[in-house]
This record gives sequence, C-alpha cells and structure tokens, in this order.
Amino acid sequence: MLDTRYRVEIPGGINLDAQVVGPIPRFLAFAIDLAIRGVFLIILSLVMIPFGVFGLGGGFFLILLFAIEWLYPVLFEVFWRGQTPGKRALGISVINDDLTPVTFGTSLVRNLLRTVDFLPLLYLLGLITMLFNRRFQRLGDLAAGTLVISVRESSRPGPVRDIEPLAPSTPLLRTEQSSIIDFLQRSPQLSEPRQRELASILEGITHEKGENGVERLHRVGAWFLGVR
Amino acid sequence: MKQHSFEQQHRDTWRLIEQALEKPSAGDNSRVLAEHYMLLCQHLAIAKERLYDAALIERLNGLVLGLYRELYRYRSETRLNFFAFFKRDFPRAIYRHRYYILLSLLVFVLPGLLAGTWTYFDEDAVYAVLDAPQVREIESMYDPQSSKIGREREADTDIYMFGFYINNNISVAFRCFAGGLLLGIGTLLVLFFNGMFIGSIAGHLTRLDYVDTFYPFVVGHGSFELTAIVFSGAAGLRLGYAIINPGPFSRLESLRQAGRDVVPMLYGIVLMLVIAAFLEAFWSSSALLSNQIKYSVGALLWLLVIWYSFSGRRYGPG
Repeated sequence: MLDTRYRVEIPGGINLDAQVVGPIPRFLAFAIDLAIRGVFLIILSLVMIPFGVFGLGGGFFLILLFAIEWLYPVLFEVFWRGQTPGKRALGISVINDDLTPVTFGTSLVRNLLRTVDFLPLLYLLGLITMLFNRRFQRLGDLAAGTLVISVRESSRPGPVRDIEPLAPSTPLLRTEQSSIIDFLQRSPQLSEPRQRELASILEGITHEKGENGVERLHRVGAWFLGVR
Repeated sequence: MKQHSFEQQHRDTWRLIEQALEKPSAGDNSRVLAEHYMLLCQHLAIAKERLYDAALIERLNGLVLGLYRELYRYRSETRLNFFAFFKRDFPRAIYRHRYYILLSLLVFVLPGLLAGTWTYFDEDAVYAVLDAPQVREIESMYDPQSSKIGREREADTDIYMFGFYINNNISVAFRCFAGGLLLGIGTLLVLFFNGMFIGSIAGHLTRLDYVDTFYPFVVGHGSFELTAIVFSGAAGLRLGYAIINPGPFSRLESLRQAGRDVVPMLYGIVLMLVIAAFLEAFWSSSALLSNQIKYSVGALLWLLVIWYSFSGRRYGPG
C-alpha cells in the first residue's frame, strides 16, 4: 500500500503526522520556479545591457546569475517557511525530517546536491531515488535530512445539518462508531447508489433497505457526533 | 464527551491559533502560540484517543504541526555568529576533515605536477589537454605584450571579471562537492581534471617564458582559490566515504550525518572563493603594482591560509 504518512514523535508526547509529497507536484513547483527565474534573468539582462555587456552591467549580471542559480531556493526556503514561490503555488514545503523548519545548513546541502539529482538529465537520478524510498526524498534530501511535505489544508466537512439524531439499537465498538461518523461526513463525496451499497452492508443491524438504510446510518452518525 | 460538543467548546481557541499562525511573529502572536502549544497537543491526543473523525484529527494535527514549526527550530544555526565561525567552527571543520583534505590535495596536485612537467618539456603536450583556441586564448591572456594581463579579451572592467570569477569558481566548487554523492567519483574527476588543466597551463606558460606575467597574477588569489577547491573536494569525499563505509550506522543515516557535518566547510568555501574572486579581479590584475609586491603579498596570503588551515588542531580530534 502506498502510504504517504510520515510520523514523528514530538515534545508534548504525541505523534505528529505529515504527508510527504511525490515527484509530480515537486516537478511542477520546480517548473514554476524555473519560469520565474528565467523571466527575472531576461528582465535583468535587459536592464544591465546599457551598463556594458562586458563591463559593470555584465559583472552584476554574472553575480546575480550565480545568486539565482544557487541561492534562490536556499533563501526562499529559509526565510519563507520552507517554500519557494513554486512550492507555495503547489502547497508544498521543505522541512527537516524531525519536522522543524529547514535551517541554512540543511537547505544549502539539499540545494547544492541538486546538481547530482539532475544527472544524467532532467532529474532522472533524483526521480529514481525518490521512487526507491518511502519518503520521496531525492539524493539531496537524503544527505540533508529534509522532506517535502504537503501544507495545503484538505477540505473540511461542513457542519451536520437537518439530521435528527437517533440512538443506535445495539451497542457498538468505538471503531465501529467512528466508521459510521466517517460515513456520514463523507456522504457528500459519494454517489447515492454507492451510499446505498455501503449502507446495505449494515442491513443486519439497521433493518432498513436502500434510501432508508442510508438515512438511518446518517442519523446514528449524528447521534455519535453528539449533535443535538 | 461527544465530538460535537468538543468542537463547540474549543472552536474559538482553534480559530485564534489559526489566525496567529498566519502571521506568527506579528504582535502578540508568538506569546499566544507558546501558551497554547501544550493545550493543542492535549486536544490532538484526546481526539485520537476518543476516535473522533479523521477530518478533526487532521485539522488538529495541522495546527500542532504549525505550532511545532514555530516553537521548535535550531536557533544556533539560523543566527550565524561570524566571529565564532572564523575563530572556531571553520578551523574545527577543517581539522575534522583533515584526511579528506589530504586525499583531495593529492588528487588535485599530483595530476597537476605531472601534466605541468610534461607540458614544460614537450611543446605539443598542452594540446592533449586543451584544444587549440583555448591555448591561444590563454597565451594571449598572459602575453607580456598584452595590455591587460590575465583577462578575457572582451572584458573591460574589473567588476565584470569579479562577477565572472564568482559565478565560475564557486559553481566549480559546488559541483566538486556535489559529485561526492556519486560515491566520491564525481569529486575525484573534478579535482583530477581541474588539477590537470591548471598544471598543464602553468607548465606551458613557463615553457613560453611568460613567468613574469603568469605567476605574479596567480600567486595572490591562488592561495584562497586553490585551497577552497581542495576543501570542496574534501567535503565531497566526506559524503562519498559516508556511503561507502557507513561504520556502525545505516548508509542513509551515515550520509545524513555527513551532510550535517560538511555544512561549515561549505560556508567557509564560499567565503574563501568570494575573497579569491575579489583578489583576482582587483588585486591580481592590477598593472600599478610591481611583481615584487605581488609576490610578497602572495607569499603572506599563502602563509595566512596555511596557518589558518592548521589552526583547528587545538580542538583535538572529534
């Protein structure tokens, strides 16, 4: 099973979960950053040409070219909560593998080693490395001890409305209770035939069929949630 | 307590935290976050224990993650103390990497010496390493008849050359370091070929008797530049060796430790190469300074770099 959950025990005595992010959003984020850098360099070169291609203008251009090639990701990751503009657009973020924010050192290492991940072309080595470990780390991430995680909030279920709570006829285990609650909250994402199909599994308990079975489960779910 | 009432009871607190996390350092927010961290940990633990639904657990998990990221970070590294770095951290890192530096030095210098000797005695040997246009370019750069020594023909200011050296040299050093991840092979290749190029150019120019233009030019910045390249090789080899011989750790853990270990080397390499680029662009190329001054200052710089490189010994092993 493909599980993208990454779990760390933090001070406070609890396990904190993060979702690691696979190659495709990361590649898209990189493409966005590449475009931003490209546009910036074009504008910069236009501004610098009047100052002399092999003089002052060219000199500053080369210094900034260096900074953009090597330091753009580092500075953004350190000072912008682990995100370059591309990563922000994709809702992903770089973080140390103990879930603390990236530091200058770790970000520098992972971004300098980008050169190797790029080999032999188009991040092939990085892609292969990502696919061979559970945390989707490229070589630079492995050496730096960093991860790319999702920071985008998933949609929250709306409040339960217009459902009359109903006590279940049989006592249920807590895991069973939470399945029923999940069923209630995920219903808006399920088609009605699928809801009926799922509800019919519990026909032995609810003694209702089809539409009525779904409705009954919803009401029991609302009761477990504590809706009044 | 049912989930619904739990949510009702704490909704305002969670909203407060969410708002504070958007601008963590503004106004009162850091205090708000610090005060609520344990409370939110508790809420998350309760929600998990009571099997509240996945969406609520995910929301609380996200809040605790955000709080955790704000409260726990490695301060010492985000606030680099430059004085302590020069005085202690960098020399110590150099000392820790001494065996890697030795290997890096050998792989860099030996091919250089061999290639240099060869091109000094054999007129055509230089063409085995460089192609003809490159050789012509280099000859014209150091031709005693040329107006500006050691500079690309088109360049008309020192600033341009400063930018050129920054971009070129630091990129070479970074690639040299990164190549270490390929079991050190990439690093060895970069060191070997750069050593060979520099050596054969030196040999060739000495044979042409461009001694009074070439050596005064390179002696000053060479101290920082060549040493920094050797250091970057050492940092790369550290990564490579961590994979080849992880000792008591897993290869991944060993690589991760090496990755943390080389960070001061990287900072130091960048600083040294910026100094080198500055010297190369504004000092080495100056026509106003006599060769005597350039040689004496160059010697002083070499002594300084070598003394500094050994200054970490006092911290002992480890």
